[in-house]
Amino acid sequence: MTEFLLVFRRDHSSNPEQPSPEQMQTSIKAWQDWIGGIAAQDKLARPVQRWSSEAKVVRTNDIVTDGPYAEIKESIGGLIFVKASDFDEAVTIAKGCPILQWGGNVEVRMAVSPDGQ
Amino acid sequence: MEQQALLPHLFRTEYRKIVSVLCSLFGLEHIAIAEDLVSDTFLTAAELWAIHGIPDKPQAWLYVVAKNKARNYLKRNALFKQKITGDLLYLAGASEEMDIDFSEKNIQDSQLAMMFTISDPCIPTEAQVALALNLLCGFGVQELADAFLTSKEAIYKRLSRAKKKLRAAPIKIEQPGAADIRNRIGSVLTTVYLLFNEGYYSVSQDLPLRKEFCAEAMRLTQLLIENESTDMPAVNALQALMCFHASRFDARTNDRGELVLYQDQDSSLWNRELIQQGVYFLNRSSVGTQVSRYHLEAGIAYWHTHQEDSPEKWENILQGYNQLLQIAYSPIAALNRTFALAKTAGNATAIIEAEKLQLTGNHFYYSLLGYLYEEIDPAKALLHYQNALRLAASPTDKAIVTKRIRQLSG
Repeated sequence: MTEFLLVFRRDHSSNPEQPSPEQMQTSIKAWQDWIGGIAAQDKLARPVQRWSSEAKVVRTNDIVTDGPYAEIKESIGGLIFVKASDFDEAVTIAKGCPILQWGGNVEVRMAVSPDGQ
Repeated sequence: MEQQALLPHLFRTEYRKIVSVLCSLFGLEHIAIAEDLVSDTFLTAAELWAIHGIPDKPQAWLYVVAKNKARNYLKRNALFKQKITGDLLYLAGASEEMDIDFSEKNIQDSQLAMMFTISDPCIPTEAQVALALNLLCGFGVQELADAFLTSKEAIYKRLSRAKKKLRAAPIKIEQPGAADIRNRIGSVLTTVYLLFNEGYYSVSQDLPLRKEFCAEAMRLTQLLIENESTDMPAVNALQALMCFHASRFDARTNDRGELVLYQDQDSSLWNRELIQQGVYFLNRSSVGTQVSRYHLEAGIAYWHTHQEDSPEKWENILQGYNQLLQIAYSPIAALNRTFALAKTAGNATAIIEAEKLQLTGNHFYYSLLGYLYEEIDPAKALLHYQNALRLAASPTDKAIVTKRIRQLSG
């Protein structure tokens, strides 16, 4: 089993309005059920950490800007670490991610072992 | 109680108390001596009670005999006495006749101290559990081997290695401080929960004894709750969990000693008092920000005390398992989570998730698939149940699967 990083990105510029409480509830359930399903297969590699949507971007020349960012269309919604036997399996897991229902995407990255393999 | 039943019963409840008191007194390096003295006490009891009958107060009798044996041992073994004299004299208030205190209070204090000493980080977790079950609960090597699904030899090795570590470790049996409590409460609770499960899920047909295991685990937890410094949210959550489970003890088996599945239980047999106690401890556990596995398991168990199906019930159970699996994976939790998913999202959805689990060595896995396929594809359901029957080990499990197969084929 290899560790994979799944990063969820969301296009925040296209759906700017606040979700309703019902939408929030549905969204939370979708995430919990998806992550619960991964955990049920014992394929969650690390504890899930939730991240606040507040952000700052640091650039050269001491430039610090607050999110949401006019010049970046997508921002990170969150990330999890899963265990999978290969890339295909990691991608299959990623296909269940609720962010896809809301027009987001999932980037899948494989961990590099200490010997660089 | 007949002597044949009484002595093992007393061994179970008193062995660890006497060992704790003697170990606290002698120090960790002399565990073996304490154990020998207690074993010898029970041997004497077995011999004398067979001839003279059971004394009026068997418990007090054991304490007196253990006390005398300890004193005699000290008299006979000048070297040992010399080694521990300093500590003992201090403890005994410098009196010549050493006082060995078997009061309720000192037994409780000694057990609490022992619980935390055994959970010292220098002892591997696995060994801590075996050690605690052996020293604190008086479990024999065979029972431990069964509980851990390993051989007696492996348990022997594990125990002697752990005891060696304990002897060599620079630790003392003493009331745990705040830092000790923070570091070790987790493994103390693991041990207690294992003891409870030994009673709750054991294949043994000895129901009274199993009930006693459960009661002992709850008593140990009560010990922690009554002590201000160990009265923590996770401890209360574990107690709530055990109350909810124990409330169904009488409903789980029928007159023939067969297991009755949850959905078939007569809920009038559920112990309302224990359910209320469970709610009480669950409320006490709901402080602070830490959600332990016991909080989640207690929440799941709480919803199981409502027998009527409702969307709210199964949604809460599903979310409980979703969270539990993230912090404490176990195959059984994965299967239960999928069952809850079936209750909330339907069998077809649950089948997709179930087939991802691939727990192909587990008969519950095939039983779950059999159950999920019953309506959708009875032929497939039958195949899964047959696989379950092939893998099931205990007569109880086999009987349940056989019943399903008969209903499906009939």
